[in-house]
Amino acid sequence: MSLTISRTMVDAILEQSRAEYPDECCGVILGPIGRDTPQRLKPMINAAHSPTFYEFDPKDLLALYREVDDKDEEIVVIYHSHTETEARPSRTDIAYAGEPGAHYVLVSTRKEIAPATEFRSFRIIDGVVTEEEVSITE
Amino acid sequence: MTIEVRIPTILRPYTKDQKSVEAAGTTLSALISDLDSQYAGLGERLLENGALRRFINIYINDEDVRFLGGLETPLKDGDSVTILPAVAGGSTQAF
Repeated sequence: MSLTISRTMVDAILEQSRAEYPDECCGVILGPIGRDTPQRLKPMINAAHSPTFYEFDPKDLLALYREVDDKDEEIVVIYHSHTETEARPSRTDIAYAGEPGAHYVLVSTRKEIAPATEFRSFRIIDGVVTEEEVSITE
Repeated sequence: MTIEVRIPTILRPYTKDQKSVEAAGTTLSALISDLDSQYAGLGERLLENGALRRFINIYINDEDVRFLGGLETPLKDGDSVTILPAVAGGSTQAF
């Protein structure tokens, strides 16, 4: 298990995370069905507007799934930022994880590690978290 | 009376991998009972102590049922119901 993702997308997610600080940012990367290839970055609004919680607005969520269906795509990556803590899934993240096929990406821009950042990817299936390797293509 | 219900990936193990199933009921609550009688265990994934689970969104004809009448929302022939897992989380450990 691993995630292969372009440097451009990694940078865009980190930039979004900084722009929306102190709130958590979130979004998805879509790709053609069955290819496990993240191709189309789609930042989403954090309807919770919170530094400790994120949630897609229910209307945006439905629109997203319709769009994905219409374009024969799937949600390859679901990402969000942790602004003050490590980039690994919290109990809340695990409780909510509802896409067994997706890579759950977490980024952290917490001050202790600045200017470095963390960008990590996990599978969350039936409450079991498995970290996977991230290959960034230039 | 037949209502089309779209099932998200995470719940498809209950519906033998079908993306869409048919069920009947004059309210959302009755529809969920019918779904559970056809696909054992599905009801429990949607409800907790008789209320809609926080992690699940249900839409009737594109409207979130939380903004309609919740579980008591009436249904009519031809309505379409979509079930989606909420996409949410966060660094808070308060769970």
